[in-house]
Amino acid sequence: MDEMLREYLPILVFLAVAVGFGVVLVVAALVIAVRNPDPEKVSAYECGFNAFDDARMKFDVRFYLVAILFIIFDLEIAFLFPWAVAFKDISMVGFWSMMVFLAVLTIGFAYEWKKGALEWQ
Amino acid sequence: MTEFFTNTGLGIGLVLVGQVLLIMLPLLAALAFLMYADRKIWAAVMMRRGPNVVGVFGLLQSFADLLKYVVKEVVVPAGADRAVFFLAPMVSLVMALIAWAVIPFNEGWVLSDINVAILYVFAISSLEVYGVIMGGWASNSKYPFLGSLRSAAQMISYEVSIGLIIIGVIISAGSMNLSAIVQSQDGAGGIFSWYWLAHFPMLFLFFISALAETNRPPFDLPEAESELVAGYQVEYSSTPFLLFMIGELVAVVLMCALVSLLFLGGWLSPVGFLPDGFFWMFIKMLFVFFMFSMVKAITPRYRYDQLMRLGWKVFLPMSLAWVVFVAFAAKFEWFWGVYARWTVGG
Repeated sequence: MDEMLREYLPILVFLAVAVGFGVVLVVAALVIAVRNPDPEKVSAYECGFNAFDDARMKFDVRFYLVAILFIIFDLEIAFLFPWAVAFKDISMVGFWSMMVFLAVLTIGFAYEWKKGALEWQ
Repeated sequence: MTEFFTNTGLGIGLVLVGQVLLIMLPLLAALAFLMYADRKIWAAVMMRRGPNVVGVFGLLQSFADLLKYVVKEVVVPAGADRAVFFLAPMVSLVMALIAWAVIPFNEGWVLSDINVAILYVFAISSLEVYGVIMGGWASNSKYPFLGSLRSAAQMISYEVSIGLIIIGVIISAGSMNLSAIVQSQDGAGGIFSWYWLAHFPMLFLFFISALAETNRPPFDLPEAESELVAGYQVEYSSTPFLLFMIGELVAVVLMCALVSLLFLGGWLSPVGFLPDGFFWMFIKMLFVFFMFSMVKAITPRYRYDQLMRLGWKVFLPMSLAWVVFVAFAAKFEWFWGVYARWTVGG
């Protein structure tokens, strides 16, 4: 446990230093620069008219679909990582079961393709 | 004195902060000149002069830009969610920076030598998408909102193929530690032992996916000036905007480092009679960055449906097929075992 902490401690320190760097830059601008807001300046960017309503509106369901597809394939990759690292020690059973898993996923992928989930127009 | 730095908590902490700064400060300094180089290359391709006023040949342009950003007013839109609005650029910057903790520059020159390094880099670069989403949502303006949606969809689409390409390399190297991956590319063939040859098509797939992942041209759809003005960055000004810019460029340089480590042999010398060393790593990173700049200068922007088609219908099947191919080649030791480096003592 101690050994592992030693390995990951630098990342934590790096995180702290990086956050510090970002905060210093933002605070520097807040302190140094003149702040002089007026209603026109702080209004949302638009093409020459006032924004009609809240910008957080409905959006295309395809973005949602892409996110779902991403989760499926990213999970698959998460399964593949340990398998790939242990590849040289893995038996034929381990090898072929992953191939079957990939084949099942490929069938799913072909189905998505046929159904038009990957179309974008 | 050495007792203090190796045994007490404060001493170890100070050494670590020093090491972190040793990575971060040269990185940020290099970034200033890389940004300058990027603009100069772009200008040279278009037969313009590029920045040439501040300092000799305009070398100090990036530092002048930094000063200018700091003295500009921070404008927060009226409808914006303040906390998230300021958090977004921070997330962008911090996620891009901390990935560097595990990048080795030479044999043993690595801050945190964890055994899941490449997985860590992959995970951290996945989190970068949150900066974009948060920035677009918090601005409460239509252009950033649409830009961030596009950008997020694009980044996650190409992450899938990046992940699969990395899997292929891991199978070949038998480790997720970046130093071990570089060492596994060491061989009698010098430059021909590196993975760019064995994993040849994947070098290009990785490079193009890296372009899309970091929102670089020709995939800079989120900031398509003609339609979305500047995507998720529209409402940002001053240093919050600068943080987005730095984060983006750090991510680009990180991708250069990854290409060098995974495919171009990291710090290994291309020919047997020259010594290995960190300068090879830098030369390779600069070369990859030059390719990034050239692509930016010479390619027209993609259309969004073409981008998604390329990601899901071309790159994903290709990289998936490649993983299966590498797995077979490594298991049954095709091609004299070049895909299974542990069998040839690599």
